[in-house]
Amino acid sequence: MSGTSVNPANRIDAAFARLKSEGKKAFIPYIAAGVPGNTETVELALSLEKLGADVLELGYPFSDPMADGVVNQAAATRALELGVDDAVYLGMVRDIRAKSPDLPIVVFSYLNPIFRLGLRDFALRAKAAGADGFLLVDMPVEEADEMLAICKELDLRFIFLAAPTTTPERLDKILEVGSGFLYYISRTGITGEQTGFQEGFEKKLTAVKAAAKIPVVVGFGISTPDQVRAVCALCDGAVVGSALVRRTLENKPWPAMRAELETLAASLIAPAKVVIKAKS
Amino acid sequence: MISPASLPDAWGRFGPYGGKFAPEVLMPALEELESFYAQIKDDPAFKAELDGLLKDFVGRPSPLYFAERLTEYCGGAKIYLKREDLNHTGAHKINNAIGQVLIARRMGKKRIIAETGAGQHGVATATAAARFGMECVIYMGSVDMARQAPNVFRMRLLGATVVSVESGSKTLKDAINEAIRDWVTRIGDTHYVFGSALGPHPYPMIVRDFQKVIGEETERQMLEKEGRLPDHLVACVGGGSNAIGLFYNFLDKPSVKMVGVEAGGEGIASGRHAARFEGGVLGILQGARSYVLQTAQGQIAETHSVSAGLDYASIGPEHAYYRDAKRIEYTYATDDEALDGFHKLCRLEGIIPALESAHAVAHVLKLAPKLGKDQLMVVNLSGRGDKDMQTVMDAAPYMGQHGSAQ
Repeated sequence: MSGTSVNPANRIDAAFARLKSEGKKAFIPYIAAGVPGNTETVELALSLEKLGADVLELGYPFSDPMADGVVNQAAATRALELGVDDAVYLGMVRDIRAKSPDLPIVVFSYLNPIFRLGLRDFALRAKAAGADGFLLVDMPVEEADEMLAICKELDLRFIFLAAPTTTPERLDKILEVGSGFLYYISRTGITGEQTGFQEGFEKKLTAVKAAAKIPVVVGFGISTPDQVRAVCALCDGAVVGSALVRRTLENKPWPAMRAELETLAASLIAPAKVVIKAKS
Repeated sequence: MISPASLPDAWGRFGPYGGKFAPEVLMPALEELESFYAQIKDDPAFKAELDGLLKDFVGRPSPLYFAERLTEYCGGAKIYLKREDLNHTGAHKINNAIGQVLIARRMGKKRIIAETGAGQHGVATATAAARFGMECVIYMGSVDMARQAPNVFRMRLLGATVVSVESGSKTLKDAINEAIRDWVTRIGDTHYVFGSALGPHPYPMIVRDFQKVIGEETERQMLEKEGRLPDHLVACVGGGSNAIGLFYNFLDKPSVKMVGVEAGGEGIASGRHAARFEGGVLGILQGARSYVLQTAQGQIAETHSVSAGLDYASIGPEHAYYRDAKRIEYTYATDDEALDGFHKLCRLEGIIPALESAHAVAHVLKLAPKLGKDQLMVVNLSGRGDKDMQTVMDAAPYMGQHGSAQ
């Protein structure tokens, strides 16, 4: 089985197949597991699904998130302070899965915690809890052989990042083994909200999209409906992280926070769901 | 069979250690640096420029000094100090900083960034950047800024912007995170001058290559003075750049024994230390696989050492490799032992060492008395202690009032 093969039994593959048939684009929220609390995370995931989120990236906290900006860094610190560990995290995955049979869940983290817990052991536990794939920020394609083999064995997807700085040669290597979807970083830099796209972004994204057999989604810095619309015109979906996570860090009662998050998410999801006439 | 020149391999690995565990956005920059370095490192013009600067700007070769009274005091091995503290800017760090800034210039980069713990690497980088008129930003944990205040001022005098890092433990590890965040944002025009034999490939290799001059000079100087190779080498190990710099040239000379000294902090049992080989397990931190002080959950542990330069949760991958190969031995010295070594060197030799280097001195005080007088020992005096005045005053306020405490 090659990295690009698709299995309708995997929820990530199924979600993109459904979107394709509907002529819609993916909306992929990233949230930090355990912030503001564990039950709140589960409720938020289910709300997001109800509003139209297609895949959930659930952040597993790491003490030293070197590719993240202040917001996601603060969320990871908060999650660790609140006691999020492997058992708590997988408990949240299980609770989401119990109420949502279809929402694909991607375990989003850095390598060290997963490595320490045991790559295969943790992957097995994540699969059993109901996760569908992994994204490990500091595990580039050159260092990923073991994890790729584990994901293949367990029918989990391994999602790679590609950046504007990624050369065509590297992109080929990534696309050869990556599965589920490709997460294209809209700009060089760290996570966080931004107002515009870098020069040459459209051209580069179009080239990546042409080279990829798996869906391509764009993230890093997306926080407005206009940005979601712009991105969805060029690829298969948009990831929104910091804009949501920032609001989960505010000091507010949960019902008010939740209402605000739902309003924001609804405004961001709408542009991804405008039906586009299929090209083929 | 030890063959140091064959490491790291093409993937940047030293056996199971090292590698390139970096976010994708950094990978092309690391590849660019790697291939540029491969082209330039044996280029005669580059070598001539570097050698000229090391001689006339840095002041190399640094002396190999016979520590007569320390030798008498220990009553065993004949002890020599490799005087990296006499380099311009007061530590070995300048060897690497000059080399990397030269590379950055040739790569067409306009802006230099670096992390710093004790501040010595920050000062060295700010110095090299000033020498070549380049913009320079130094990231430093706020805890380290407080305990190494003179170095913060020196960097600013040299025209660098010093950014205070408030995240995590507010020390070296967090400064590296922040420097990486800067680099991924400004990858086009910026070179990151990594300061220790750490981080993703090719940094551990490049830093080692620029520091190996320490051991090469030591061999020449020892042959001149004693007509033979040293028997024992001792160096402190934070990330491990001064240690690998001294050791590298001797790795394939089996008669030379080597000891790396980690920071034992308040003792291993206290949990407040930075001795990665005592309490660490295999992990991945900031680009490299090596021994990492971490929790059972894989979260990076908070470290402690009286010396900011040794206060780091992981150790250079090349050190991990040679420890496995039993070529280099590792031990630790506690804060108290290091402070004792610090005071002894002040009083016995008239040399105020950096608290980092004082860890190596502390081990010499234990090892040298057990050895015969025919044994030759070299200690890397990796830096001078001016920056540590406040820390030492806080630890021993009675010093300087009576002048007799030992």
